[in-house]
Amino acid sequence: MTQAQATPLITDEMRAEIGKESQPWTCEVDKTAIRMFARSVGHTDPIYYDEAAAKAAGYRGIPCPPGYLGTPVFHPATSDSTFGGRRGAGPGPQPSRPLTRVLNGGTEMELLEDICAGDVLTASSHLAELEERTGSIGQMLISTNKTVYKNQHGKVVAISTGTGIRY
Amino acid sequence: MAATWNDVSEGMSIPELKKNCSTQQLVQWAAGSGDFYQIHYDKDFAMSTGLPGLIVHGALKNAFLGQLVHDWVGNNGRIKAYGCSYRGMDYPTEEIICKGVVKRKYEENGEKLADLEVWTENPKGQKTTPGTATVRFN
Repeated sequence: MTQAQATPLITDEMRAEIGKESQPWTCEVDKTAIRMFARSVGHTDPIYYDEAAAKAAGYRGIPCPPGYLGTPVFHPATSDSTFGGRRGAGPGPQPSRPLTRVLNGGTEMELLEDICAGDVLTASSHLAELEERTGSIGQMLISTNKTVYKNQHGKVVAISTGTGIRY
Repeated sequence: MAATWNDVSEGMSIPELKKNCSTQQLVQWAAGSGDFYQIHYDKDFAMSTGLPGLIVHGALKNAFLGQLVHDWVGNNGRIKAYGCSYRGMDYPTEEIICKGVVKRKYEENGEKLADLEVWTENPKGQKTTPGTATVRFN
């Protein structure tokens, strides 16, 4: 099989990136942004729209619906115009041959504390794992990124893990 | 009615959540999530990348699964962890049925917990977004 003899995609330079912490960035948690997120999902629970309902349900304020961890503060000079997050510092070390296609493999979130409107989160991420596999789409590079979110009191409130697939 | 700890049993299905995204909803999600990638609202752009047409954002399906679990537990608990894999594409104006089953009910470190298997199903019955969730009951 030629696939078994394929050159590994992952290089030593790429492995050296594992665990390096990114510069932190700020995510604001806003009432209006929460409502817009909840509305776009189709949430019907009033806690995502109405402060009094949220407080009656035991929250400090309007809580983040599942999947929402604040909005990265946008700045045209440093943010990505399509995705809104901070633009990367550059492509970083590349695999042994160019991979042009990208798939979002999945998302996992650990929600450790309530996150409510008015909170300001500080996020930073690192490459947690690199793996290569051969599947129906050929040789794939699977990278796992972990992002840790702390609130304004320095407490870790959420950890999200994203899997990216390049092939 | 939102489920309480006493209502939970292993093997039980939770109420389904049916979604069927209009292109308007995809635009709302683009604004709500901040993801303005054109494959989700510009058909010409989507087709120019080789897609058959517009596709539903993976992260929106992730949020649907979050709603599925939230609507089940209401404010009788909190989602402690959840996530999913994006295995298949879903398309606007096609049904996306969100489902879940309780796999495990247990107490750990003083917390009342339930682990669920959750997923979205397309009109062909394929699980396009399989995932898991853990709920902590009050």
